[in-house]
Amino acid sequence: MVSAPGNRRPGYSRRAQYGTFFGYLIALGGAGIGAALLFVTTNDTAAFAGLRAVAADGVAPVSQAAAAGRTESQSLLAVIGGYFTRGSRVAQLEKEVAEGRVKLAEQAALKEENARLRATLGLTQGDLKPVAVARLLGSTSSSTRRFATLGAGARQGVQPGMVVRSPLGVVGRVLEVGSSSSKVLLITDNESSIPVRRAEDGVQAYATGRGDGTLQIKLAVSGLNPFKKGDAIVTSGSGGLFRPGEAVAVVVSLTVDGAIARPLSDPGMTEFVVVEPVYDEVLSAEANKLQAGI
Amino acid sequence: MPSPLIAPITDVLRDFGKPRINRAPSPILAVSLPWLLVMVGSLSPTWPIISSAPLVPPFGFLLLIAWQQLRPGLFPIWAGLPLGLFDDLYSGQPFGSAVMLWSLTMLALEFLEVRFPWRGVVLNWLSAGGIITVYLVLALMVANAGGGSAAISVLVPQILLSILAYPIAARLVGAIDRFRLIPIITV
Repeated sequence: MVSAPGNRRPGYSRRAQYGTFFGYLIALGGAGIGAALLFVTTNDTAAFAGLRAVAADGVAPVSQAAAAGRTESQSLLAVIGGYFTRGSRVAQLEKEVAEGRVKLAEQAALKEENARLRATLGLTQGDLKPVAVARLLGSTSSSTRRFATLGAGARQGVQPGMVVRSPLGVVGRVLEVGSSSSKVLLITDNESSIPVRRAEDGVQAYATGRGDGTLQIKLAVSGLNPFKKGDAIVTSGSGGLFRPGEAVAVVVSLTVDGAIARPLSDPGMTEFVVVEPVYDEVLSAEANKLQAGI
Repeated sequence: MPSPLIAPITDVLRDFGKPRINRAPSPILAVSLPWLLVMVGSLSPTWPIISSAPLVPPFGFLLLIAWQQLRPGLFPIWAGLPLGLFDDLYSGQPFGSAVMLWSLTMLALEFLEVRFPWRGVVLNWLSAGGIITVYLVLALMVANAGGGSAAISVLVPQILLSILAYPIAARLVGAIDRFRLIPIITV
């Protein structure tokens, strides 16, 4: 039991009494100001974007240094859990590596075949030139909204709407841009909705974040639920924001009108991400070039 | 008896403020450290932990409660306004969320302080746990009003982690409190 601190009553001093009174008044006013700010932000989500961008730019150098120290997987629970599940995981991983080698060989054969077919069709691999390669500096890890801070901004040519991806798949897209950092809306945020399709047969759907690290896959056209566990979900490219055929998630469980999927690219596991231009703009630029050529 | 966890730190510090006669704590340290510590806690979204689900406790908020419980009256009652404003810059919540909720928290803590001036660890932890739970739920509702639509069940792991992390935050505040009051200025 800690003893109670001394008497904090102001006594007879009129000045001290007023001080206490105004303190309470400002505290109540603070709650009111907060509510007012909230009202403004709810109506215009970009209201304080500039202020936040400046603040993020301010700590970006420190975060850069900290992010450099982050190795492959520093998601909080993974670190804690790693201590407990190491033995069984090693055994499981060894088994998976063995299976993976076989799959890799199959993949190589498929890739070769694919290249041959593409050559026959005269298609080129439409590779987007990345705008920037940068680190993810951090994420709003305690809020239910899922934003990440990216270590590249307007100075590197990043613009709002651009797609952020890791080698494993889509991470999110750029929402607000500061001069040397920017805010990324992760695909797991519940505001994020991206057009996707099932990899094997192209069933159209939307992937919306659920805020807890998984995605809700909703069918674009309602009907019988065609999904099964383990289905790979890729971007469909409709809407023109995302390049078609990029890996997004794998179905882990089914719901009545769709499925719940786990994203492939855990942003906590990726050290570097690539910022790509908006797909549609690249396409129209290429189309313009072709027309100019003709 | 300092815990073995923080003993190495206190060993170094013991020599730091060794001559105690004629010495007083540095007013700059004594006043600024509590504010700085809460602000550093608010910067937790910039720490290199990236998670796809909300898991990490709101450290700034935990530290604010811990200071308020250890040293009631150290922060002015309106401290929720500036500290919340700083937290909003980094938290990713709709702007104004922390300004409102932290201001209300300061009032609630002041009420608790007046109502229960004598508190033990259990009561402190219990009240902090209650306040944290209410805070996280309200923050979720605010985020949802601002365009999100996360289910409340998303919060369960974060609430549990935050309640478990609270004693650590309180311990840290205790250590910093000892540090800021080390007499180093000659009077």
